[in-house]
Amino acid sequence: MKNEKLDQLYRSVIMDHYKTPRNKGVLDEGNVTIDMNNPTCGDVIHLTLQVEDDIVKDAKFEGEGCSISMASASMMTQLVKGKNTEDALHAAHAFSDMMLGKDVDDTVDFGDIEALTGVAKFPARIKCATLPWKAMEKGIAHDSE
Amino acid sequence: MLNPDIRNDFPILDQEVNGFPLVYLDSAATSQKPRQVIEVLEHYYNYDNANVHRGVHTLGNRATEDYEGARETVRKFLNASSDKEIIFTRGTTTALNLVADSYGRANISEGDEIIITYMEHHSNIIPWQQLAKATGAVLKYINLEEDGTVSLEKVSDAMTDRTKIVSIMYVSNVLGTVNPIKEITEIAHAHDAIMVVDAAQAAPHIALDVQDLDCDFLAFSGHKLCGPTGIGALYGKKALLEAMEPTEFGGEMIDFVGLYDSTWKELPWKFEGGTPIIAGAIGMAAAIDYIQAIGLDAIEQHEHELVAYAMEQMKSVEGLEIYGPRDAGKRAGIITFNLEGVHPHDLATVLDMNGIAVRAGHHCCQPLMKWLDVSATARASFYLYNTKEDADRLVEGLRMAKEYFQ
Ligand SMILES: Cc1ncc(COP(=O)(O)O)c(C=O)c1O
Repeated sequence: MKNEKLDQLYRSVIMDHYKTPRNKGVLDEGNVTIDMNNPTCGDVIHLTLQVEDDIVKDAKFEGEGCSISMASASMMTQLVKGKNTEDALHAAHAFSDMMLGKDVDDTVDFGDIEALTGVAKFPARIKCATLPWKAMEKGIAHDSE
Repeated sequence: MLNPDIRNDFPILDQEVNGFPLVYLDSAATSQKPRQVIEVLEHYYNYDNANVHRGVHTLGNRATEDYEGARETVRKFLNASSDKEIIFTRGTTTALNLVADSYGRANISEGDEIIITYMEHHSNIIPWQQLAKATGAVLKYINLEEDGTVSLEKVSDAMTDRTKIVSIMYVSNVLGTVNPIKEITEIAHAHDAIMVVDAAQAAPHIALDVQDLDCDFLAFSGHKLCGPTGIGALYGKKALLEAMEPTEFGGEMIDFVGLYDSTWKELPWKFEGGTPIIAGAIGMAAAIDYIQAIGLDAIEQHEHELVAYAMEQMKSVEGLEIYGPRDAGKRAGIITFNLEGVHPHDLATVLDMNGIAVRAGHHCCQPLMKWLDVSATARASFYLYNTKEDADRLVEGLRMAKEYFQ
């Protein structure tokens, strides 16, 4: 059975990140932890970041959620590692725009993450994709206060 | 099974969604509306629309007659002894809040107990949490049996001299379980506690008789039984309602208004402040007429057969877990499940792309999800317009989801 729309949503990159998530776990040296949930569906994410000198040195996540939210968390942690906090926040904004189907700021190199653009066509699933990014944003914004 | 021609009463079902004929399996969230209800609403707005209990003109009289006629329809539907016992509300949630805010605040004090179960909908948890917090009362949960049912023993064991309110759903919106409300009411009354029934999922499917149940309050929503959204009703025993204070104050609910003090209208109007939900009440009455013409017993039978059939077919899908009673005879038209390796949201998206509408998530039952030890589930809920073909399409969709996520 084939369904084109579903193929767009569940690209192989996404399924790969869902089935073998990168950066799964909790950072021992983490100095920023964020718990976030999506109250309408019950998805949860527990994100730990190690932020030093305005650089995100490491990132790990644990969570409970659908393929889109978990793959997005896996990809987000990949992207954010090694970035300075300003660039990380910038990427979060750009990602949010991408989900809303807006023109994406091409200064951010999303790489594989572009596979998530298909989500924009599934309005009910946008929140799944943005949850980990919102968590990251909140953690970094809080840390820099 | 009901005559499949019933589907023709529901214009919405005659459409394609994502390229497939629509299979609507989300009636527990809200049911679809038959032409007969839509036409009554249209007629009201086209010919009779006016405010009620105010105008002396003809339209005002018609609207008032229709609105109060709707109350009589609800009274008969519940077999209440008086239409003073029927209060129109926005739905089940508002009705339960009314009981907690009015009866609760006046009759509950520190150390008193309120008893609910683990399977309750948030609408039948949070008003009691708030009441407990405001008064210092204790909120107690009855644990469930392994198959997701409530045992009378556990209800009895939970009761003490301080128990004042027992509030339990008639039919679970997740497990489909039908609870023994009449027996639970007896136990509550033996301890001088009042019995509140959340009948949101029962009213669309089971013939209700508040005198036979002997419950003190009962709440339901119009939109789940083929009526419009934004309307529901609270039944309350007259003596209790008479002793209660309104929770909303303003126009329509008053008798005499002085500068610093006022008096209230008699029942039921003292609880219906402001312009009421006139078209909603008339539409809900039309919906009640509609389902009663088909027959609640016939509807219940239809759902039993559908659920039994669907559960049997679903057995053939490997890795599918169904929650709640195994015995289809013990449930209303609701099947909640999870498919191994596929998150319920992904499942719902795959089904949606095949034109099949199901619910995924926690169904406003977070404590129950905890009890089931899952973060979310998928739910297919059947109603009078569903057919065995719908169940077949669901099973086909489940197979497709499995393939995708293998
Ligand atoms: C068992 C139960 N109680 C209460 C409610 C709340 O009903 P409403 O949203 O119409 O107030 C629902 C609706 O989902 C329900 O299923």
